[in-house]
Amino acid sequence: MADKTIKIDALARVEGEGALSITMKGDRVDQVRLRLYDPPRFFESILRGRHCFEAPDITARICGICPVAYQMSAVHAIERAFGVRVEGPLRDLRRLLYCGEWLESHALHVYLLHAPDFLGYESAIEMAREHRETVERGLQLKKAANDLITLLGGRAIHPINVRVGGFYRVPSRAELQPLAERLRWARDAALETVRWTAAFPFPDFEQDYEFVALRHPDEYPFNEGRVASSGGLNIDADDFEQTVIEEQVPYSNALHARLRDRAGSGAYFVGPMARYHLNGDRLSPLAREAARAAGLDASCRNPFKSIIVRSVEMVYACDEALRLIEDYEPPEAPALQIRPVAATGAACTEAPRGLLYHRYRVDGDGRITEANIVPPTSQNQMMIEEDLRRFVQQHLRLSKEALTRRCEQAIRNYDPCISCATHFLTLEIGSGGGTTTAKEGGCV
Amino acid sequence: MARSPKLAVWKFASCDGCQLSLLDCEDELLALAGRIEIAYFLEASRAVVKGPYDLSLVEGSISTPEDVDRIRRVRRVSKRLVTIGACATAGGIQALRNFQDNKEFLSIVYATPDTISALAASTPIAAHVKVDFELRGCPIDKRQLLEVITAFLYGRHPQTPAHSVCLECKRRGAVCVMVAKGTPCLGPVTHAGCGALCPAHDRGCYGCFGPMESPNTASLSGQWRKLGAGQDELVRVFRNFNAWADAFQAESRTQEARVKNPEPRE
Repeated sequence: MADKTIKIDALARVEGEGALSITMKGDRVDQVRLRLYDPPRFFESILRGRHCFEAPDITARICGICPVAYQMSAVHAIERAFGVRVEGPLRDLRRLLYCGEWLESHALHVYLLHAPDFLGYESAIEMAREHRETVERGLQLKKAANDLITLLGGRAIHPINVRVGGFYRVPSRAELQPLAERLRWARDAALETVRWTAAFPFPDFEQDYEFVALRHPDEYPFNEGRVASSGGLNIDADDFEQTVIEEQVPYSNALHARLRDRAGSGAYFVGPMARYHLNGDRLSPLAREAARAAGLDASCRNPFKSIIVRSVEMVYACDEALRLIEDYEPPEAPALQIRPVAATGAACTEAPRGLLYHRYRVDGDGRITEANIVPPTSQNQMMIEEDLRRFVQQHLRLSKEALTRRCEQAIRNYDPCISCATHFLTLEIGSGGGTTTAKEGGCV
Repeated sequence: MARSPKLAVWKFASCDGCQLSLLDCEDELLALAGRIEIAYFLEASRAVVKGPYDLSLVEGSISTPEDVDRIRRVRRVSKRLVTIGACATAGGIQALRNFQDNKEFLSIVYATPDTISALAASTPIAAHVKVDFELRGCPIDKRQLLEVITAFLYGRHPQTPAHSVCLECKRRGAVCVMVAKGTPCLGPVTHAGCGALCPAHDRGCYGCFGPMESPNTASLSGQWRKLGAGQDELVRVFRNFNAWADAFQAESRTQEARVKNPEPRE
């Protein structure tokens, strides 16, 4: 079909505001543009001049879906700047909090945002008319996760209990116990989720990606590890900005990230499929078994199957949370005492949708003089466009309506968070009064 | 049978957290969807039902020229318009840019020319259109959200107390962190709604719900100074998620003037 154009002005069932346009020339896909148009909020400028201890509260506000990820990358980057390591039960509580966020975010995406694509509904609410019990299961999974975050963080969205050095208040063993019962139910529900999603119809679309994720010597990664890739990358977070280039593109409010020194475009893939590829051997036995029973190999290269991998990670999050609760002994103090010095620190953690990089430069009074944040969706943006280009090229015979739906589904494969992606430009107001320029963040 | 009321959820400059609060009503969501028609809620559904809408929930602040026009269109198709959260109600944390020098309020500014447009200021919805009710919080509390939706369904005014966080502390039996531990706390001047979360976690309130109806910020600032807070710290304390709300804005400007022109300490 000649001169076909696919145009979506406002993407639904994603976090934030995005648009898509694909134009063809004859039988060739000409231009693919994923435009992320959430208004930029200039967080890197906001952070300048704030005390570094405020960073976890401020950066949480970048994203209502994954505030814990922002808090975790912030506290780790700042602690690394000061040469502090948070160990023992405090480290475990952070991991437990992250389990809660993965479970919540994945349940939201799998049940409410992505599954309706596979079963042909406009929304989970519509899906509930024919699959009430299934949607209820998803909502209750989400609720169990929110209860875990609320217990540790005070509330589910923008938790108040995370600080540099640890927490303000830590729970007792007895407070955690009722959660264990809920999480045992959640683990069964997550296993059910893996079986449910594995039976969905998937288009044949295996791709050759460069997967990038943290890799830790003995854990499936949340807070720590080296940045590794299926293309041989193995670096410390300190070297992230030497490895990744962020570029502004004229049609999007989010920067595009790509790997330096690559023969091709440098596009790379972060998120559950990347973590699974690089760390599958670190999953709990139950999660590994669920993945195998769902027909996943050691690597999954079909992005439409990311919904299965996300479900496997839900099993893992429950398993890991139960292990942490079982082993928990309260720490002597809720936080380490930390005195700021002039320093720079960087850290990566694994947000539900992939690698999240923070770097802060702090002066002797603890004030932030420079901040740089690279969220997962800016890293996946080029990969999403490359997927769309290949997918549309292979499926030109589909009707425009069917192809448009498939394109939406292909974007949701990445669980994009557009609110996250568009907040990292630098706002500068000129002295002339009224002229303002935004440019790339500190990353060159 | 009477038709179900139509609900719309709109997003402007924000983090998505307040509209997520609606999806976080895990026990009530499906029942709610049975009582009202979720007619426009892009984060949840690709089905779009045309307006007019009986109730519009608006998340986010106005920060681009396009959004100045869009909020007017939203108002025109909404019988009732309720703002949800600190961005929509007070301009959000992105309103910190309003304090930068050399800007003309609401002047249009272009970033990298022709590609990004942003206004020099981030402003609340009420600065642009009539708002029927403002729900506070960064983020909002989902129980209060359900109360607001229920109230509008039944045509009554929502019951959301306008007193300070202090009363919530007393109600839940939390020890006053300021009196007992000398921890500076914004609770005395902050609007209730969170249930006194921070004091219950051994931390001072940091003002997520913005100013309460009659805040004595000057007195509280004096108390913070006695507890050892620096003058510049006080500027930052009032310049947070509700920095552009009148009472917090005024107090941060007072404190900023003192940073530039210090007074001798008593």
